[in-house]
This record gives sequence, structure tokens and C-alpha cells, in this order.
Amino acid sequence: MPGRPRVQYKEITMAALNVKIDRLELRNPVMTASGTFGYGLEYADFMPLRELGAIIVKGTTLEPREGNDYPRMAETPEGMLNCVGLQNKGADYFCRHIYPQIKDIDTNMIVNVSGNSPENYAACAARIDALDRIPAIELNISCPNIKGGGMAFGVTCEGAASVVKAVRERYHKTLIVKLSPNVTDIADIARACEAEGADAVSLINTLLGMAVDIERREPVLSIRTGGLSGPAVKPVALRMVYDTAHAVRIPVVGLGGISNARDAIEFMMCGATAIQVGTANFLDPTVTLKIKNGINDWLDQHGVKDIHEIIGAID
Amino acid sequence: MKKYLLDLEVLSTEMLSDIHALIKLTAPEPFPEMDPGQFVEVRVDDSPSTFLRRPISVNYIDRQKNELWLLVAAVGEGTRRLTRLQAGDRLNCILPLGHGFTLPKSHGEKILLVGGGVGVAPLLLLGSEIRKAGSDPIFLLGAKSKDGLLETDLFKEYGRVCVTTEDGSAGEKGFVTQHSVLGEEHFDRIATCGPKPMMVSVARYADQAGIECEASLENSMACGIGACLCCAEKTIDGNVRVCQEGPVFNTRKLLWLH
Repeated sequence: MPGRPRVQYKEITMAALNVKIDRLELRNPVMTASGTFGYGLEYADFMPLRELGAIIVKGTTLEPREGNDYPRMAETPEGMLNCVGLQNKGADYFCRHIYPQIKDIDTNMIVNVSGNSPENYAACAARIDALDRIPAIELNISCPNIKGGGMAFGVTCEGAASVVKAVRERYHKTLIVKLSPNVTDIADIARACEAEGADAVSLINTLLGMAVDIERREPVLSIRTGGLSGPAVKPVALRMVYDTAHAVRIPVVGLGGISNARDAIEFMMCGATAIQVGTANFLDPTVTLKIKNGINDWLDQHGVKDIHEIIGAID
Repeated sequence: MKKYLLDLEVLSTEMLSDIHALIKLTAPEPFPEMDPGQFVEVRVDDSPSTFLRRPISVNYIDRQKNELWLLVAAVGEGTRRLTRLQAGDRLNCILPLGHGFTLPKSHGEKILLVGGGVGVAPLLLLGSEIRKAGSDPIFLLGAKSKDGLLETDLFKEYGRVCVTTEDGSAGEKGFVTQHSVLGEEHFDRIATCGPKPMMVSVARYADQAGIECEASLENSMACGIGACLCCAEKTIDGNVRVCQEGPVFNTRKLLWLH
């Protein structure tokens, strides 16, 4: 029957974006990767930080660390290498001077913890455990840029297990372990962490790489090698997240080259409960907000009411 | 100082030499306050072989016309792309970033501004601000040859301009630290920006003459906003971020003289 043309209104909905990692409630799955978002404050001029599911702050060690010499960065195709080397002022300074500035940021503030022995990791974790407004730590057993620690623990099951075991005894909140991709089988390492009581794993940390200045006939980076991040690593990261999500029961947090909502959804379909955005923050300080909104739009467009419908959608 | 993420409009790109371009930008709103020596992180679009933003120091701000000027040397793929921007193009910028030069504390200070190559860029805004504050800037500008001297006429609006070229094609032949003005005048302060070997020489001269000296560093950066720690420079206070605590440092804080 002729009459007024039917107008198809797009249904305006809000899919449920909230996810849980152990006891940690995230209002959406978008987190920031350690070392790329400072302490959050650096980005406060550009976006409301409460829009994030969580912020993982710069790596913290028990003792202060000066980090490596300059040059610490090399631009590479679709990515970058860094060898910052965990420069930070130590756990005491963090607790006294930085924590008071960030404790009231309205999202989950997670501290990335690093060390050079299981006891040293555990002592740093215990300091952070005492901070009321830090509901979780991310244990960095995968930093490729420090000697005698970091990645040394993350590349064997025994090393990873020894750190997680020591930290678990002294840390009582949500414990996420950040895994190195510089291994033969990342799923084995993930299982070892799970067996020692990790509440979640995050992956991948950077891929060990190198850049050369042919005019000087020298490596670009001061310590020769560094960690590769950015879109260049995304396919590797996706495969590793997929493998790991199929090997452990604890939640997997996916990261590695995520630059837009589509990338984030790919990681979630591969089994990531939440995702982290790292290097992309350098190109666009508001990218995390765009990713969060983009995930929501995609879910709405596809009639998905709850983000859990896409987590692990790929068998 | 609040930082902004803005899409600026390119008004013009003028080639000042084979590789140097003066890019004039505008925005619908007045530009925020910016100090001489602060910089802008510029996104390089349509440049598949580059990845990160490029830090470019503020050359000048024309408040009447609401123009922001950037002086760019095409030294690689990213900066080459920037020199090809055309009127009407958009340029995504984060600004203003870092800490700039110290402005005169009293009237009548005599300040020497030493620039080399594209490093003269921040000295134009600095010179104009020093003049506004009632002091006299003297510009000492160096280049390999005449073609590399940039904006010399603009500098003349704010103070005396001394020139050196390595090949002697303009001004005195040699390096900036060999210019006769250093023997003729007494300076209260020096500000410098340019190639590191030049700035180190200037810092040494200042140290020996007992003059306060500030230098603007151009360490390569990733974020530009203090988050990644890639641009760290070793100082007497340990490694500090050039993008945040700098790019301008008192040269006594650096380890150049040790």
C-alpha cells in the first residue's frame, strides 16, 4: 500500500563492553601498554582517562634505574625499536611521589613490575601490594633491554615459574604476567605461569630486533639491539595470542601493534579478553578512545549485545 | 602548559633553499601560548616509509594573522614530505611541547643567539620576544654556504645579524665560534640551536667566558609528550627527557664540557 516511505532508523544501542580479568572489573577491554602511556597524566590533556578500561603505568623496579644510553629508539617500517631499559626512579619514589598523583584517576591503575631476581621482583610487588588504589600488577618477565633480568626469566618455563611463584607468595591482588615473544613456544611459558598462580597473562612484549646505520657502520641503538613494536608485529602477536588462549584457562590480554578497533577485535576473536594499545599512542594520543568507540560501533552494527560474544570466537 | 592535538591548515610552503621550507599554518581558534624554543610534533601523512611524528621547533607566531611558522629541512623521507605540503593541506600537530629558552629577567640584557643551519628556526621567535622584553638580541648565524642562510632579513628586524659561512660565500669565513663579534661585545647570556658540534663549541666558549648558555637539543623522539623516554639525554641529574625537561637546557646541566 502506497504511503509514506518507511525510514529505516539505525537502532542506537550500547553493547555491554565490560570484561573481567580475575577480580578486576574493566568497564571496557581497552588498556594502555606499559611504557607507552607514562603514568597516564601525560595523556590527560588529550582525552578523559576514565574512558579506558585500565592504564598500565611505566615499568617499576625496586631500585632506581637510569636506563640505557641514547640512542634508545630507531624508526622501522610500520614500527619502531626501543631500548629504553626500564628507566624509573624505583618503587620508593613511585609510592611516595607518583602514586599520590595517580591514585584518583578514575580507571584501573596497574603497575608494571620488573626485577633482576625472583626475590627482587617479589619485594617490588610487595611494595605495590600495599597501595590501596592499585588493584593489579603486570609482571614484566619479558623486557629485552636489560641485562641479568627481565627477559632472561621469561624465555624458559623454569625461569618464568620461579618469578611468578616468588611474587605470588607476597602479592595478593590480581597478578598479570607479561610474556616474551622471543621464545620457541609461548603457550608453554603461559602454562608455567598459570601453574604458579598467575591470574592472567598479557602478550606480546616486544620482539628482539636490530637496526643499522650504514654510514657509520654501527648499530643505531646504543646497546645494539632493542624491542620491536608497532603494526609490524601484529600478525606475530595475533598468532601467539591465539595459541596461548587455547592453552590456558586464565584470561589472556592481547597486545602487539593494535592501532584501531578492527585490530582490537581481531585479538579478541583470537581469544583475548582485553587488549592493550602501545606504540599507536605515540602517533595519536587519542587512539585508545577511538578504539573503544570503534569496538562499540562494530558491535552495534553487527547486532552484538555483549562483547563476550566475540571473545574467542575463532575456534 | 596544556597540550593540544590540532588539525592545522597549511597557508603556504615557501622553499628558502633546495632543502629548506618555511611552512605557514593557521587554525580557526587563536593559537595557545607558546614559548620560544618549544616545539610541535607533526604527523607526516602520505609517507609510507616513515612511521612516527616529527618534532619541529616553532619558528615564529604571528598573533595578528594567527599564523604558526615551521622551518623544515628535508633531511629524510618524513621531512621531505613536509616540505611538499601545499596550501589547503591539513597538518595534524601536537603543541606546544617542551620547555623553551629563558627570557630576559631585566631590561637591557645583551643576549647572543647562535644558530646553525635549520637550527636558526627557534631563534626568530626568541629574538622577537627578547626585543619585546626590552633587551637587545644579537644574532650570530652560521651555515656551510650562502644558500644555507635562512630568514636573514627577518632576523634583522629584531637586532644586529652576524654571519659566518664555512666557504666564505657570505659573512666571515669559518665557524660561528670564530666570528669577530665574540671579541668585540660582552654578552650576558647565550642561546644556541643547531648541529651538536656547533652547540658544543658554543657551550665551551660560554663556559670559558663565564656566560650563561642555553642550548636546544634535537634528540630523536617517539612520543614527544614525555611518555616513552626514548629521547633521554644524560645530564648531571641523570637521564632526562629532552621532550619534557628540554629541549632547551642550560649547558652546565649537560655533560658536554666534561
